[in-house]
Amino acid sequence: MAKKQHITAQQAADLVKDGMTVMVGGFMANGTPEAIIDEIVKNRVKNLTIICNDAGWGRKKNKTTGEYEGNSFGVGKLIENHQVKKIIASHVGLNPELGEQYTSGVTELELVPQGTLAERIRCGGSGLGGFYTPTGVGTAIAEGKEVKVINGKEYLLELPLHADIALIGGHIVDKSGNTRYIGSERNFNPVMAMAADTVVVFGEKIVEAGEIGPDYVETPGIFVDYIVGGEA
Amino acid sequence: MDKANVKNFIAARVAKELHDGDIVNLGIGLPTLVPHFLDPSVHIILQSENGFVGLKPAEEGNENPHIVNSGGTPAGIAHDGAFFGSDTSFAIIRGGHVDATVLGALQVDEKGNIANWIIPGKMVPGMGGAMDLVVGAKKVIVAMEHTNKGKPKILKECTLPLTAKGQVNLIITEMGVMEVTPDGIVLKEYNPEFTLDQIQDATEATLIIADDIKPMI
Repeated sequence: MAKKQHITAQQAADLVKDGMTVMVGGFMANGTPEAIIDEIVKNRVKNLTIICNDAGWGRKKNKTTGEYEGNSFGVGKLIENHQVKKIIASHVGLNPELGEQYTSGVTELELVPQGTLAERIRCGGSGLGGFYTPTGVGTAIAEGKEVKVINGKEYLLELPLHADIALIGGHIVDKSGNTRYIGSERNFNPVMAMAADTVVVFGEKIVEAGEIGPDYVETPGIFVDYIVGGEA
Repeated sequence: MDKANVKNFIAARVAKELHDGDIVNLGIGLPTLVPHFLDPSVHIILQSENGFVGLKPAEEGNENPHIVNSGGTPAGIAHDGAFFGSDTSFAIIRGGHVDATVLGALQVDEKGNIANWIIPGKMVPGMGGAMDLVVGAKKVIVAMEHTNKGKPKILKECTLPLTAKGQVNLIITEMGVMEVTPDGIVLKEYNPEFTLDQIQDATEATLIIADDIKPMI
């Protein structure tokens, strides 16, 4: 297996250019590669389309002063820094700043049911043209979508999602890019690792090629282009 | 009953709907109280839609930074639980592998429609996994206060944007237990603190009183 290029978080951030569509793994920042996000914040690239389960954790608004305070986490950092043109997510309730940016028309928001979001990304990485789901039938989500009756039940056609780059939060990554996750940090990471032109995996620990062992690999290294993290 | 007692009362009644071995997904808020009221002989498996079964509370003082619940706060996992990605998590949910989901609602109506994800012009939190859960779970239990500050939440027809069409099976409030049937909403149990007239007055939909109606406790 080919060894993958081991780069710094800053070099990974340099791969993200103005206007790109970026998938970011994680669920309320659990499993998000924060080290790479921090470098994207420093780069100040603009007009990103973010595909993520949620808008991360946003800063809290002080009710007396009207000022935002505290820290944001995950993609919340990119929203705070006004780098996001559009976000495609299932839930943004933990980020009041995004709510304000959306209401004032600064940031576009496409809300997608969580299961539909995961499956659209899976389709994007799996060569599928879309899928039919019962989720959202008879709701606002169904507007403009094909409805098909299969075995007497209604389904909506949902289309695949693909990105220019995916930022993946792994736990142990070997030098061939084989990746293991930990805890609930899997979430959107494995499907996103299949659905982007360029895939960067952050590993808390980087080990020698083969050290994970073929039986225990969760994301095969062939999906991965760059490795970040570990001791380097 | 004060607010906390109302919530506990509802959660205790919901607990009786769950069976040993059930795979259950609990929404945020009131539904998370349900496990406290399970009979000791009933062991349920909690599914957390961000990607595991065997959800437990976090070990206080020894939280594992790698595990959060679907609200993004620290959680734990049973020794025989399992983690998976979001695609598998929602295959479990849509695929009919979840026996019951318990969730709150802004509005429910007599056709079993539910609205709980958006108040246009006000609140845009997003639906998260709720749309998938109400469509996919075998039994959908709405656990909520009967009214919103006196305004009915159980309506003839929802006025807020729907989360799903015709998916609610059971509604449990501090006033009663109601089943959604093709004929309408059947009041099966009532809280003796209220008269049937009081319960109907707090409900916009016309309640069908079950022949064998009984007290809630």
